[in-house]
Amino acid sequence: MMSLFLRDLKLSVRAGGGALIGVLFFMTVVAVVPFGVGPDLNLLSRIGPAIVWIGALLAALLGLDRLFQAERDDGSLDLILMQETPLALTVFVKCLAHWAGTGLPLVIASPLLSLFMNMNEVAIGAVMLTLLVGSPAITFIGAVGAAVAVALPRGGLLVSILVLPFTIPVLIFGVSATYAAVEDPAPFLPPFMILAALTLLFAALGPLAAAGALRQSSD
Amino acid sequence: MGLIAENLAARRGEDLLFVDISFSLDEGGALILTGANGSGKSTLLRVVAGLLRPDSGSVSYTPQGGGEARPAGEAAHYLGHRNAMKPELTVEENLSFWKDFLGDAGGGAGLCVGEAAETVGLGGIAHLPFGYLSAGQQRRFAFAKLLVAWRPVWILDEPTAALDAAADRMFASLVSGHLARGGIVLAATHQPLGLEGAKELRMKGFAGTPQDRAA
Repeated sequence: MMSLFLRDLKLSVRAGGGALIGVLFFMTVVAVVPFGVGPDLNLLSRIGPAIVWIGALLAALLGLDRLFQAERDDGSLDLILMQETPLALTVFVKCLAHWAGTGLPLVIASPLLSLFMNMNEVAIGAVMLTLLVGSPAITFIGAVGAAVAVALPRGGLLVSILVLPFTIPVLIFGVSATYAAVEDPAPFLPPFMILAALTLLFAALGPLAAAGALRQSSD
Repeated sequence: MGLIAENLAARRGEDLLFVDISFSLDEGGALILTGANGSGKSTLLRVVAGLLRPDSGSVSYTPQGGGEARPAGEAAHYLGHRNAMKPELTVEENLSFWKDFLGDAGGGAGLCVGEAAETVGLGGIAHLPFGYLSAGQQRRFAFAKLLVAWRPVWILDEPTAALDAAADRMFASLVSGHLARGGIVLAATHQPLGLEGAKELRMKGFAGTPQDRAA
């Protein structure tokens, strides 16, 4: 399983691939907002956490459709499906590798982009922490969409549309936890714990559902 | 013992592609599927590999010296039309990934990556990205994938397409080597693999609709 993780990580870095494209897209989305909103610094810092979260969400969805499609295209998926190891475990490892290859760079880039939005240190830290905890959930949810659309030749946009509604709770609690850290009366911990719970829930459900969808896809 | 298929049937859409296919192969046995394009050779191989659900019937593999019957796919290598190698990674990375990921099934050990590359006659270029190689070289390295992890059953779908005569012979010797080690080979092919004592199954294609058979 370790070899699968390392291979996928290598592929996401080497294919001119997922990792850098996602970060560039994230940067583009966040960087144009100040131009659109205008030079109102207070407004920027108020909407900053939400913009950074939305940018990260969209960037995380960007490379997801290739998660299983690339394996199917070159025939590797057949071999993966035939193995004795539970398919859900294989999918889980692939999700982890995908997150480490494309999600983690987004988390690392988020403080820099938060500066564009005139956010203070606490807000930057909170955005980074909530993204770190919340972004794996996006990958696990997305894996289900990617598995459903694996046989479709142009499934890219379809995956994003299928997956987006399910990521809304992650977005809501991610952003509200970030605001709670900045604005005093609201407590930080409850939304943050729910965010962590969402990630754990989807880490358990996502691979199972994706494995089921992949089994169906080969028929 | 060995690979046993009983009363397999599969359909494409509504039409039954084949029905009542049964065979059994012991250690060292080979079965060659022949037949026109579209007669269901690839479908049968995918059913045996467990990648398609049969309409009826079952396939199982029982290891030599007893042990439980298992789905044949778990004891098999499947080499389809595509090579299952990543063009971005080097041949070495590809092969060592599959070696680790597939692991050895009981009763044998795979070759190391270097030896496998030597065996397919391309020892010197395993450091190149897989995507740089010609179609024939890529196919040869796909054969090397069969060698790095031991599986008693080899399921091969048109293995020698895109190969020159020398590679054909090399592949025939790989297959007979595998049979000599007690392996089982199930192959769909147009070219003769030069196997002695191999059984042949001729696929006819289109076995009628379910209504016809019920009538």
